[in-house]
Amino acid sequence: MKTDVSSRVVDKGQKQSHFTANLGSRYTIDRIFKYAAWGATGVSILILVWLLVTIVADGIGTLNWNFITSFPSRRAENAGIIAALVGTVWVMCLVALFTVPLGVGAGIFLEEFAEDNWFTRLVEINIGNLAGVPSIIYGLLGLAVFARIMQPITGGRSVLSGSLTLSLLILPVVIVSTREALRAIPNSLRLAGYALGATRWQVIWSHVLPAAVPGILTGVILALSRAIGETAPLIAVGAAVFISFLPEGLQSQFTAMPIQIYNWVGRPQEEFHYIAASGIIVLMAMLLVMNGVAVYLRNHFQKDF
Amino acid sequence: MQFVSQLGARSARRLACSFSILALVGLAACGGGGADTSVDGEPAAAGEGVSGDIQIDGSSTVFPISEAMAEEFQIANPETRVTVGVSGSGGGFEKFCGGETDISNASRAIKDEEVATCEAAGIEFIEVPIAYDGITVVTATANDWAQCLTVDELNAIWSPEAEGSVENWNQVRAEFPDEPLALYGPGTDSGTFDYFTEEVNGEEGASRGDYTSSEDDNVVVTGVESSNGGLGYFGYAYYAENEGDLKSLEIENEDGECIAPTLETIADGSYNPMSRPLFFYVKKEAYDTKPQVQAFVDYKLDPANGDLVQEVGYVPLPDEDLAASKARVDEGKLGKDPS
Repeated sequence: MKTDVSSRVVDKGQKQSHFTANLGSRYTIDRIFKYAAWGATGVSILILVWLLVTIVADGIGTLNWNFITSFPSRRAENAGIIAALVGTVWVMCLVALFTVPLGVGAGIFLEEFAEDNWFTRLVEINIGNLAGVPSIIYGLLGLAVFARIMQPITGGRSVLSGSLTLSLLILPVVIVSTREALRAIPNSLRLAGYALGATRWQVIWSHVLPAAVPGILTGVILALSRAIGETAPLIAVGAAVFISFLPEGLQSQFTAMPIQIYNWVGRPQEEFHYIAASGIIVLMAMLLVMNGVAVYLRNHFQKDF
Repeated sequence: MQFVSQLGARSARRLACSFSILALVGLAACGGGGADTSVDGEPAAAGEGVSGDIQIDGSSTVFPISEAMAEEFQIANPETRVTVGVSGSGGGFEKFCGGETDISNASRAIKDEEVATCEAAGIEFIEVPIAYDGITVVTATANDWAQCLTVDELNAIWSPEAEGSVENWNQVRAEFPDEPLALYGPGTDSGTFDYFTEEVNGEEGASRGDYTSSEDDNVVVTGVESSNGGLGYFGYAYYAENEGDLKSLEIENEDGECIAPTLETIADGSYNPMSRPLFFYVKKEAYDTKPQVQAFVDYKLDPANGDLVQEVGYVPLPDEDLAASKARVDEGKLGKDPS
């Protein structure tokens, strides 16, 4: 293959004498680029590994069942993450419950139903902008709207207010990834459906949406992974840091893992820094489980198409 | 046609199946949380005395005190539920004056505009000092020249005018060696920053900006530790935890004496002007109408619980100051203490 190409280039070179193939240097550039790309990958992996190793080294010693099942305490050896862990699980369940129907629905509307007019374009631009708004702004919005104005419904500084705030935060991401997933479905699938007399709804529900599910799921999980690590909006909404009971309902007060970890990291006592690392391990384990479920579901669906 | 409908039916089934899996996972997780709650709630039923919720928010500096008090208070009163947030002194007052919390922690006194907000909302409050903290000025252990600094010298280092011009220790005092200054300090949102700038630069928030700032005081600790010409400031607890790795400077007080920050000098007021009170503000209405809030405030002001304050790294109020705090609460003395 290689000799074939070069001989042809040389043939051409004989006809046009001013052309030199200069293959050696071209292959050198090729190799340099390859090593540069390798280097870039290596550096990012090294940083990640270094981060994981230091966190695990710091946190594994204090990570035990007692840590998982205890409430916060002023003494690092008695302190645990149960309130934050259960709070985060609550928030994630609720956020998924709110964002999946809303985000996927809005994505379907914009991609499959909406006409291309000034209104749709305005909505699109705004969704794009909303995806880039700093999370603290959503926190302040959540405080004003969910925790204050809607206080009779949400119960104020509650797990419901926190979840609604984080839902707003990741809704644009879900909408955008739903649209991208839908756009990737070949139009022939839709046209085939219409040609056979299916209605728009039948085509979308039975053909387009199932084919797009892997992409949508990836987007939803990525968005949830962003929400799980958010601290600022929850603090603004009024999530507690010290709390010695678990949420009992939607209107219950709560805390979440990033808040608890942030608080421990900032303590003067070094023992708290170790349990903060343990908390990070728990948080990462949870993220890993979420991503694992997403990968499983994606593979499960991709078999069909 | 047949193919299409089959495919359609299968996909729809798959889709429904996947959503039900998601829902199940969600329910199982949430349900698990719910189950834990009831199990955990049971021993609480045995308690007697006060019960109910106590909502606290505010300064992250004061948080460890509230956490320690709440932890012990709830053991003594298992039917109470205390929650403590950390919105910062300012964020805490915003919620407090919005009527959302019973108690607001603050590492500085309430500001006049915050008093006005509270008044407008009809929230009456009692200001209660709870502990002292000494803002500690530290250098690296390698620093063998500086022992004691005056407030004027601190001002020369930290004033807004020093930005870009005071860069060397020998500009602070002529006999100091030629060593570049490496400055570290807390971020502008912190009560420590507010207090330090007020005392040293004469105006709250006025500071040079060209120093390494961090909301996490541990960053300041690491920074000062690792540079020979390093200088930084933070709450006493951060110094106490890193005593071997940092050197604290003495500060010349109003009487012209060089005083090092210790539990004693901070408590007796001789470490001035860098010793500051920490406060909590209790809503008058909550104190009068909620027995659990009253019980918790009394618990915080019980001299027997001063150990808790010390355990988390702050200086308990001397007995007479604690008695004065208690008297304020008992008399129901409203508003900000003008002194």
